[in-house]
Amino acid sequence: MQNIYFHKRRKIVEKIFFGIFRLSSAINALALFIIIYFIVGKGMQAISWTFLTEMPTDSMTKGGILPCIIGTFILSLCSIGIAFPIGVSSAIYLNEYAKSGTVLRIIRLCINNLAGVPSVVFGLFGLAFFVIWLNLGVSLISGSLTLAVLTLPVIIGATEEALKAVPHTYREASLALGATKWQTIYKVVLPTALPGILTGGILGLARAAGETAPIMFTAAVFYNPSLPSSIFSKIMALPYHIYVLATAGTEIEKTRPLQYGTALVLIVLVLGMNLIAIIYRSKLRRRMR
Amino acid sequence: MEKTLKLSSQNLNFYYGTVQALHDISLDFYSNHVTALIGPSGCGKSTFLRCINRMNDLIPETKVDGKIIFDGQDIYAHSLDVVLLRKRIGMVFQKPNPFPKSIFENVAYGLKVNGIRDKRLISETVEESLIKSALWDEVKDRLYESALSLSGGQQQRLCIARALAVSPEILLMDEPASALDPIATQKIEDLILQLKELYTIIIVTHNMQQAARVSDFTAFFYMGKLIEMDDTETLFTRPKLKQTEDYITGRFG
Ligand SMILES: Nc1ncnc2c1ncn2[C@@H]1O[C@H](COP(=O)(O)OP(=O)(O)OP(=O)(O)O)[C@@H](O)[C@H]1O
Ligand SMILES: [Mg+2]
Repeated sequence: MQNIYFHKRRKIVEKIFFGIFRLSSAINALALFIIIYFIVGKGMQAISWTFLTEMPTDSMTKGGILPCIIGTFILSLCSIGIAFPIGVSSAIYLNEYAKSGTVLRIIRLCINNLAGVPSVVFGLFGLAFFVIWLNLGVSLISGSLTLAVLTLPVIIGATEEALKAVPHTYREASLALGATKWQTIYKVVLPTALPGILTGGILGLARAAGETAPIMFTAAVFYNPSLPSSIFSKIMALPYHIYVLATAGTEIEKTRPLQYGTALVLIVLVLGMNLIAIIYRSKLRRRMR
Repeated sequence: MEKTLKLSSQNLNFYYGTVQALHDISLDFYSNHVTALIGPSGCGKSTFLRCINRMNDLIPETKVDGKIIFDGQDIYAHSLDVVLLRKRIGMVFQKPNPFPKSIFENVAYGLKVNGIRDKRLISETVEESLIKSALWDEVKDRLYESALSLSGGQQQRLCIARALAVSPEILLMDEPASALDPIATQKIEDLILQLKELYTIIIVTHNMQQAARVSDFTAFFYMGKLIEMDDTETLFTRPKLKQTEDYITGRFG
């Protein structure tokens, strides 16, 4: 008799917990859905061929946002181009070569703390260090470097996770065949970890593309009606453009649709870059199976 | 048969942290002979085997003392190049551990990391190794499929082929047949008998009949100690110690 009650209760508990988990996921999905609904609903009307391909005009109340699109695109690619090799290399060093000890612990502590620093602090750091001290000025390169520092912990973290997930037995098998440590890393560990490492890159890229605070003192200007011509160009960028239109303009209400339109473009750009990387990653995964 | 000393462990002690896993092991291995290591689970057979190609170096906080002399040279000497050592002393692990690469790439791996570029030589060696490990017929039409799609027993034979491809001088085999069906086991045993013409083989096995069939010498381990070592026939028919007799007749514990 007792057994039947136990069995019933177990089933009910199971149902309750599944329900809670399902509800949580639903809330999550709903939040994303609402965000997209609003942005698309309010921004769609601003989207036009002109909007995507032309310079802003009339104090940015008309015309397009081409320089912002190009600016954000180049900025995030440059920053990931700097941060990705450095981040992956450090993760390889930390995970594969460094012997556990005080130095390693201090380095890890630094990286973890770096991840927790608010982004506006990165902006001020970039201003003080890259813009002024290294005399790079407010420029694409200063902004890229600042964003690179910001995304480093993301990439290092993801790469380390990916390296840790590679079974130890693969390393043993390789070394037992007379491979060196580097051959083992290069030919076995990295290819196995690549999908995870790319995920880190994607996260870093998305983060870099969306940040406002780190670039507003280092790279972005509110109006520059020309496309960047060198790494020392001042640039326009989507998130900063939204910020400017929404706070600093004289016609904030009038440019609302433009703000939402810009936000929509930013989201599509980030999701698009993610999508490319995700497709590439799943191809890699399939090839390994 | 004439015996040449190939490898000799001298008063070897091994520690995982503070726990001593091997106690004062002294054991000789001869060229072109098969030595079987037997003993109950957890007695240190794998640990001993992994000392021979210095695989235990990879486990943090382990300590070795004593010597292992390989062709007159102490493999724990500072001047020794571990990478070259491991090419000369191959290993088949207790659990199959193929790379997440194609079947072909798995076998070719050892050749490539050792600097062999000649494509024809590589594919010939791959085929040869797969034939030796009794896997060729099953995989010859799917060489470029992932090794992870093979069954456990097939994976183990792949690992054997992978170890053979680099032609080591000594082959360490940790229960190579534990996941195999009787037919594949038979093939592996035939292979071992064939290989001993060229190599020195040390094999761990839980199967007494297997030890009796393939080995020339047998060493019985118990709780990290070498209890008795003799030529296989003597050890199985006239063991000197009661402990050994109890184990091989299954009256253990
Ligand atoms: N990485 C490790 N860290 C700590 N202790 C270990 C480790 N590997 C093995 N041991 C211990 O060392 C002892 C010997 O283990 P070993 O794997 O050599 O046994 P074995 O004879 O190969 O057993 P089996 O027949 O089950 O494979 C065991 O008590 C085991 O718990
Ligand atoms: Mg074992």
